Amino acid sequence: MSNYTFGESQQAPEKISETTRLAQEAYSKYDMSVEMLDRRGFVGTVLSASALVLGVTVASRSAEAAETSWQPSVYLGFEPNGTVVIMAHRSEMGTSSRSTLPMMLADELEADWKKVKVEQALGNEKYGSQNTDGSCSVRDFGAAMHKAGATARTMFERAAAQKWGCAVGDVAASQSTVVNGKTKKTLTYAELLPIAAKMEVPKDNELRYKTPDQYKLIGKNVPILDSHAIVTGTATFGIDAKMPGMLYAMVERPPVYGSKVKSFDNSATMQVKGVTKTVELPMFKQPHMFQQLGGVAVVGDSTWAVMQGRKKLKINWEASPNDGYSSKDEKQFLLDSVLKPGKVVRNRGDVEAGFAKSAKTHEANYYAPMLSHAPMEPPVAVAEWKNGTVETWCPTQNPQAVQDAVAAAMGIDKTKVICHVTLLGGGFGRKSKPDYVVEAALLSKATGKPVKVVWTREDDIKFDYYHTVSGMHMKAGMDADGKLNSWLFRSAFPPIASTFAPGAQYGAEFETGMGLNELPYDVANIRAENCPAPNHLRLGWLRAVAHVYHAFGIHSFLDELAVANNTDYVSYVLKNLGKDRMLDLGADGVKPWNNGQPIEQFPIDTGRLRRVMEMAAEQSGYGKKKATKNRALGIAAHRSFLSYIASVVEVEIDDKGKLTIPNVWTVADCGKVVNPDRVRSQFEGAAVFGTSIAMMGEITTANGRVQQGNFNDYPVARLSESPKNIHVHIVPSTALSAGVGEPGVPVIAPAITNAIFAATGKRIRELPVRRTKLV
Amino acid sequence: MIELKVNGQPRKFDGDGDMPLLWYLRDELSLTGSKFGCGMGLCGACTVHLNGEAIRGCVTPLKNLSGKEVTTIEGLSPNGTHPCQVAWEKLGVAQCGYCQAGQIMQASALLKKTPKPTDAQIDAAMDGNICRCGTYTRIRAAVKSAAGVKA
Repeated sequence: MSNYTFGESQQAPEKISETTRLAQEAYSKYDMSVEMLDRRGFVGTVLSASALVLGVTVASRSAEAAETSWQPSVYLGFEPNGTVVIMAHRSEMGTSSRSTLPMMLADELEADWKKVKVEQALGNEKYGSQNTDGSCSVRDFGAAMHKAGATARTMFERAAAQKWGCAVGDVAASQSTVVNGKTKKTLTYAELLPIAAKMEVPKDNELRYKTPDQYKLIGKNVPILDSHAIVTGTATFGIDAKMPGMLYAMVERPPVYGSKVKSFDNSATMQVKGVTKTVELPMFKQPHMFQQLGGVAVVGDSTWAVMQGRKKLKINWEASPNDGYSSKDEKQFLLDSVLKPGKVVRNRGDVEAGFAKSAKTHEANYYAPMLSHAPMEPPVAVAEWKNGTVETWCPTQNPQAVQDAVAAAMGIDKTKVICHVTLLGGGFGRKSKPDYVVEAALLSKATGKPVKVVWTREDDIKFDYYHTVSGMHMKAGMDADGKLNSWLFRSAFPPIASTFAPGAQYGAEFETGMGLNELPYDVANIRAENCPAPNHLRLGWLRAVAHVYHAFGIHSFLDELAVANNTDYVSYVLKNLGKDRMLDLGADGVKPWNNGQPIEQFPIDTGRLRRVMEMAAEQSGYGKKKATKNRALGIAAHRSFLSYIASVVEVEIDDKGKLTIPNVWTVADCGKVVNPDRVRSQFEGAAVFGTSIAMMGEITTANGRVQQGNFNDYPVARLSESPKNIHVHIVPSTALSAGVGEPGVPVIAPAITNAIFAATGKRIRELPVRRTKLV
Repeated sequence: MIELKVNGQPRKFDGDGDMPLLWYLRDELSLTGSKFGCGMGLCGACTVHLNGEAIRGCVTPLKNLSGKEVTTIEGLSPNGTHPCQVAWEKLGVAQCGYCQAGQIMQASALLKKTPKPTDAQIDAAMDGNICRCGTYTRIRAAVKSAAGVKA
């Protein structure tokens, strides 16, 4: 290691997502251990705890670097043989962030992609946020990748110039080699490494960035790194992780949220061959955050043994305050709740006065049920407790949350939690909540061995952090020509906030900020209200979060208004969207949540929304093709995760009421795109995910118990039920990169139900569609 | 004692005959390419070939496998060049990739019996394999590409 200042020269940008912030705040209240207090005292505030450790240098962690290798930033290192090592610090769950971010760095570095080795980073605050949710990996870290790459490339160029005794302007890097433009001599990065490693790090204003026409990877369809490993079955997911001497465990969790083990009888369980132990897990303390649910674990020497042993457990559960929880009653509660005024989260003008003056009004209520994430790989984790340290291999979207949650559960400092991130067999938000890793850590401590906790599909569906249920009330006032003059939008949903602040009944800023308080239409009077609703089990974010239900309500209602005015959605939205402009929510007393991004950088641009809607209409023939009794188009256009998306869905409904989806057209304006094929794949996937939500997704409860447990009663879209053709058009854009993984989802459900209306005249105001007979 | 062949290798198993093949492959043979998704034969993540037919490893007890030949994704081709594997990579099918071993085993069994499948035959054969990422349109295209039929 020749120069220890390199590591400090390129700190990771400090980005804290809203959910990370919530978790950190909650942990700060939860964990009153001396270490935490000391640290808070030292840092001054709770939130800067992560800012402090961002200053930690890579170089000081010499264990990670060989003697002669060199790491000019937290993301980048060079082996003596010239291999470029790029750290993938975000998790890979199918969105390609593990490939795409390193690819950006490699391009700017002019590294030969074939010589790049991507290593998955451990959980560590030095990387900045590793919380892979909120559709923000490229948005938040693209610039850091470019900077790291440009810094190292500049140093190689300077090293070559020094060696040749020429001006830096005479040399240029190309594919891991520096070329002298005059002499045509070349030096490889490997040859230049000893010189480059002794150079000073260039200042920001000395860096030259490549221009887009010089990109060799960015903007191209680059396959994901793990493609071959995946198709040959050699890729390592969480469920594939093994440690020597590892035991297996399954947990029988409380059937009702918040009930404790009163007593249990393990005698039959212990008779099962291979079962070695049962362990009662402590119940969580409020706030719940990412703690275990409690229950009884069965530990043994194989997955099958503990699966069999668990079936033979006899557990008496204590009563829980949630014993009476019924989703049927909750539905009524929510739909009643939105008929009463709630907390005003946006107000413009006076909707009541507007209604009084309106030529006509229209009202509708909508309902969207609870959902489970159901990633194909259920939650699973391997952990080993040894000498006050926990080492874990797990499929997590957020390794730093693993560190926090495991540290809190074990009473150790988070730096004592070593989190290896495997590939994730799907995430969708579920795997940013590491309760399953906490279970593995607790069980390793209880058994003195490494333990793998495996969740069955039933465990996954019955003990999720559910996507919340919601009721919405809409009322519009219109002028005689149909122009909207007033819009009242009420939404009631047990909030995700309750997972972090027990008893919270109103949405967190990010929940009301997803759709509820940001209607972009040019309406003189708008009031958005959030009506209170209590939670009865654990809630958490699922792909597209509150946009899922809010977009369903908004775009169904717009379609209803269009129909009431004898026109179609596109014409009606064009009439009411107003002239192209940057929406000023501040004028309505709203501090826009805006995905945690400054509104100046990512304005709400109604022109971009209009354009994607018009393009989707044009590409699909929306408004031109006449709907027939059994085949019709529906559309929705919605901004979410800072991207502008419109989807047109074509439905076909046979005489028996069976619905199929021949086509989906999605137009996406998500700013600058790095890997177009992977962006298209996300929107294809979103159309399918949205189809599951619209057509079939529903979690219900009775007597406090979740009634679904596997794909037979919690169906997700299969091939024959999914859109047959998905046409994705990415709008060329030079705007800042925005979200991709999530924003394709919210438009699908309303586009489907709007299409169903066009085909059948049936207005679906409650999801899932399968609850309604279509003919 | 149950004697069977896995990827061409003779294996002997004398444990609980009720244990499904999937856990034998994963926990005992460390062939982890076959995945656990539902445990009820509902999702296809655990699909392997039994004497050439696609079956669900999660609901196939070992006691039924005496003298049988099992092929897993690890044994589908010597170096990952089965036409399905090639097509899957070429078309960038995988997102998270978790279900894809099962998808490929299902598709390769289909193509063995029906080398030039129609859309309807593909849909029928692949409908038991869930992909939560939603890669279905590419799966259908990849099956056709592997079969050499027009997209």
